[in-house]
Amino acid sequence: METFQFSRPTTIGQAIQLGAKASTAQQVADVRFVAGGTTLVDLMKLNVERPRQLVDINLLPMEKIETTAEGGLVIGALARNADVARHPVVLRDYAVLSEALLSGASPQLRNMATTGGNLLQRTRCVYFRDTVHACNKREPGSGCSAIGGHNRMLAILGTSKDCIASNPSDQNVALTALEATIQVEGPRGKRTIPINDFYLLPGSTPHRETVLEPGDVIVSVTLPPPRGVKSHYLKLRDRAAYEFALASAAIVLRLNGKKIEHVRVAMGGVGTRPWRSLEAEHVLQGRTVEMETFRRAAEAALKDARPASENGFKVELAKRCLVRALVTATATA
Amino acid sequence: MMFREFVEFIKSDEGPAPSAQQREAASPSKVIGAALPRIDGPLKTTGKALYASDYNFPNMTYCVPVRATIASGKILRIDSSAAAKMPGVLLVLHHGNIMPLYRNASGGRNSENRPPFEDDTIYYWGQYVAAVVAETFEQAQAAAAAVRVDYDSQRFNVSTVLEDSLPAEGQPGGPRLLSHRGDPDAAFAAAAVKVDETYTTPVETHNPMEMHATVAVWDGEKYTLYESSQGVMNHQTVMAQVLGEPKENVEVISRFIGSGFGGKLFPWTHSAIAAAAARKLNRPVKFTLNRKMMFANVGHRPRTQQRLRLGATAEGKLVALRHDYRNHTSLGDDIRENCGEATPFLYSTANLAVTSALVRRNVGTPTPMRGPGAVPGLFALESAMDELAIKLKKDPVALRLSLDTLEDEEKKKPFSSRHLKECLQVGAEKFGWSRRTPEVGSMRKGDVILGWGVACASWGASRGASEASVSLRSDGTVRVSSGTQDIGTGTYTVMAQVVSDKTGVPIDKIEVILGSSNLPPGPTSGGSTATATIMPSVVDAVNAATKILMTVATTTKGSPFNGKDASKLMLMDGCVCEKGASSPVPFQEILKAANVGSADGRGRSGGLGADPKARDYSTHSFGAQFVEIEWDPGIARVRVSRVVSVIDGGRILNKRTATNQIAGAVVMGIGMGLLEETIYDPRNGHPINDNYADYIVPTIADTPDIDVHFLDIPDPIMGEYGIRGIGEIGLAGIAPAITAAVYHATGIRVRDLPVRIEDLLAHTGPSTKRA
Ligand SMILES: Cc1cc2nc3c(=O)[nH]c(=O)nc-3n(C[C@H](O)[C@H](O)[C@H](O)COP(=O)(O)OP(=O)(O)OC[C@H]3O[C@@H](n4cnc5c(N)ncnc54)[C@H](O)[C@@H]3O)c2cc1C
Ligand code: SF4
Repeated sequence: METFQFSRPTTIGQAIQLGAKASTAQQVADVRFVAGGTTLVDLMKLNVERPRQLVDINLLPMEKIETTAEGGLVIGALARNADVARHPVVLRDYAVLSEALLSGASPQLRNMATTGGNLLQRTRCVYFRDTVHACNKREPGSGCSAIGGHNRMLAILGTSKDCIASNPSDQNVALTALEATIQVEGPRGKRTIPINDFYLLPGSTPHRETVLEPGDVIVSVTLPPPRGVKSHYLKLRDRAAYEFALASAAIVLRLNGKKIEHVRVAMGGVGTRPWRSLEAEHVLQGRTVEMETFRRAAEAALKDARPASENGFKVELAKRCLVRALVTATATA
Repeated sequence: MMFREFVEFIKSDEGPAPSAQQREAASPSKVIGAALPRIDGPLKTTGKALYASDYNFPNMTYCVPVRATIASGKILRIDSSAAAKMPGVLLVLHHGNIMPLYRNASGGRNSENRPPFEDDTIYYWGQYVAAVVAETFEQAQAAAAAVRVDYDSQRFNVSTVLEDSLPAEGQPGGPRLLSHRGDPDAAFAAAAVKVDETYTTPVETHNPMEMHATVAVWDGEKYTLYESSQGVMNHQTVMAQVLGEPKENVEVISRFIGSGFGGKLFPWTHSAIAAAAARKLNRPVKFTLNRKMMFANVGHRPRTQQRLRLGATAEGKLVALRHDYRNHTSLGDDIRENCGEATPFLYSTANLAVTSALVRRNVGTPTPMRGPGAVPGLFALESAMDELAIKLKKDPVALRLSLDTLEDEEKKKPFSSRHLKECLQVGAEKFGWSRRTPEVGSMRKGDVILGWGVACASWGASRGASEASVSLRSDGTVRVSSGTQDIGTGTYTVMAQVVSDKTGVPIDKIEVILGSSNLPPGPTSGGSTATATIMPSVVDAVNAATKILMTVATTTKGSPFNGKDASKLMLMDGCVCEKGASSPVPFQEILKAANVGSADGRGRSGGLGADPKARDYSTHSFGAQFVEIEWDPGIARVRVSRVVSVIDGGRILNKRTATNQIAGAVVMGIGMGLLEETIYDPRNGHPINDNYADYIVPTIADTPDIDVHFLDIPDPIMGEYGIRGIGEIGLAGIAPAITAAVYHATGIRVRDLPVRIEDLLAHTGPSTKRA
């Protein structure tokens, strides 16, 4: 860990001003906001993040969870994962988000972790987290050690020849299936970004992960009025708790009898970003609930999978995960 | 270290012959066997128990190592100029400026023979190449990151395939014949039913909660080392030699240990680095390892590759057994993982051979991990037995029962106390084994398939020489002390129980002092031998102290026993009384009346080797372990749902701490079976999953219903109380029982641990249709 300056603004405007001095809002940012600190402080201790200035945003008024006039829900960026997971409206209308959050990390971490921080948590790629090794995401242009190395946990969808890191979040998979939008305030004002436009594919610039610019503060995440009455989050991993997903699936759907009227499918643990599968949705949309259809949806979702040396099993595992999640989601009342 | 080696190790410490013990075990009081909570529990839960790195002294400095980023080669240059100028930096140590550190040749056991910074050679990734000492931990860490090291990197080998060509059997470097009887090869060739399979176990890393640490204090003449050590006496013996000091100039203190699992049995290089830095700076130095260092610098269970050949008659008589294994070791040290520990005697067979070979890899030096040798060895042997049972179409419990023997066919001696049969029978009963249907995938519970597996467990029983001292004090308390340590297993508590049993003084009036090399020499906490080793000395010390007390009682004016025959007096319920007479007097009253502060006794006991009776017997513990797994083929998920362990481990002193040992070992076995493997990146030799997120161990959510049952039969050869040991055996059968259960559920036989989702995905079981 290196020496840094620490400031505690009390207004969003002050935070934006401090943040705007950064050269970038992506890897190697010299100014960083800190919320729960469960990603950032870890990476600072590992010398993977080396900000010169830390801006503690915990005093900003961004922790509320409120319903919108249209029947949606606005979750403040500082709302803790534990509080969101237990919120009555989330439990009633967006259960998939609660399930996803509760499948992640540990109770202690969820008490600290925030909605905004979770959106920006970093990959668990072992080479990214150890400065001894080459990593394009950490040090642009240095090479990717994971390709041909230990990549069992890494992505099979959305990869590039420069990076195959998986996005490890559970929350963001559920938010993707719920078609959440992200409210950002920055030096150029406010904007709302649909979650599916928020994350970048690695391509040749894996150090750029989101569309955020210096000074951008995530103030909230908005969930549209509930569209599905059925939903499910399924997370598969080696052990029963406290582990990142090998594969996960979030399903939100509405049935009319046996017919699928509305469906959103997102996957975790397999993509370089939270992975919305329009392909699977296309197969499912308008069809009746049937194993055969679920299987075809899973095939479609993984059609473009490009496994690395150790994670080929994820192709089959992700398919089974998706099929089981669809079975459970369509079965729940 | 193999168990046998461990016995050699404790024998080498054997002191004078036993003085006055070995009396027949009197029937023990209620306190023996009671499920008492740990007496040190409150200290731990309130944070008052001081672990090595909790010691703080004025002027403390902090040491952080610089670690090699190659697996083999030479250091060309160490540039510490930038680091030396950084704030707070006091010292950068490396091979160019370290004080002389020596190899040990005169007893004791070190982990790495090579002292730290001996030369410019790199043998494994992560090896310490320099160490920065600074005023604060943060300063030392920042400066360590600023030390530049140039290397000449050379070829290295971290391959997991241990097929290296080796010299022939018996030649130097070739396989060693460890055990042989009959003609195993001919018998195997002629056998009607055969199993010939190779099993592998991966590198496993010790992951105690408390990482290693040394706080070294140099007072101008003597070192005091605060350590996390499983053996303060051995640590002193070794470090005195490494530092070139007489033994009395090195004191080792280890009051509380956040567990060790074998990884803390022998000193590691950080201890010498901290001591050398303390001497050079003339200030206390704290060196704490981080989790990454745990994976490279302080040992591991070595990788094993084991070929098992079993030959049987069609009726199931075992006619041939061959166990040929290899394990990897480091470049500098020959660490033989004794996979054949239980093979020669577990089952009856006339024809048998066990061979062992070492294969060198650029890894840190391996070290014992809970049940060294036996645990990976039994994974192979018990897996092969399961495969044999299937080939014979015999029930795996029935097959094992039919091969039971009460004679150690290797040593041609009876077992002192072997109840493997009862373990299997009681376990089968508790588990409900008779309801098992043998066909693969034939048992269900709701939507999941159940798999049931069984395996036998075994671990040697021995005890070494030890000493202890006991003081009966005039305030009514009793103090017992020995230079052993409690690594979390309950040594403090069981020692108090034994003193209470022998004196009748209640537990809360007994003070137990452990964890300093200045105390009477006590045992290393290893090989499941510490309890059996120390208790005869504790009893002897109680007797010696009681004798003093009786002398005081019979020679003090005003004592009600003045002038009486001391041999007619006894200590009962904390009181001195005369046989056949009433009016007992609390022992402290006698001492107070005589103005004697305490009656002190020193106790000694020889090891098993010093007991002529023991030579006629083979001493081992046994067990049977039953595992149920739940298999959900739709999502390729395996979870252990139920475990029954029945242990024949001699007399149990404390049900609670003993159960904790077995249950904890079961959880560790789940890790071994399903989760744990240290992976070395073949491109650079880095143990790449060197953290708690990527090297996964079971969580509470992975912990099933665990039923622990002890036969609780005293071993007549193991001395006072008939104690054996229960620290390791609980792990021995779990992994093979898991893979047997996995086979029973899925039809997939996993011979390379751990069982992974990858192995099971091939399965499309009957319920895949329903997903
Ligand atoms: C041991 C461990 C296990 C874990 N397991 C899981 C798991 O199983 N599943 C899972 O999904 N997650 C898991 N996590 C990750 C955890 O969910 C994240 O660390 C957490 O959500 C991050 O939130 P935070 O508030 O602590 O973020 P911080 O660490 O404070 O911040 C993270 C990043 O977000 C930026 N940031 C934070 N808030 C804002 C804002 N409002 N506007 C702009 N930028 C912001 C920071 O600058 C920083 O770059 C685990 C973490 C740990 C340490
Ligand atoms: S996969 Fe991405 S994060 Fe991992 S080493 Fe390669 S570039 Fe770095």
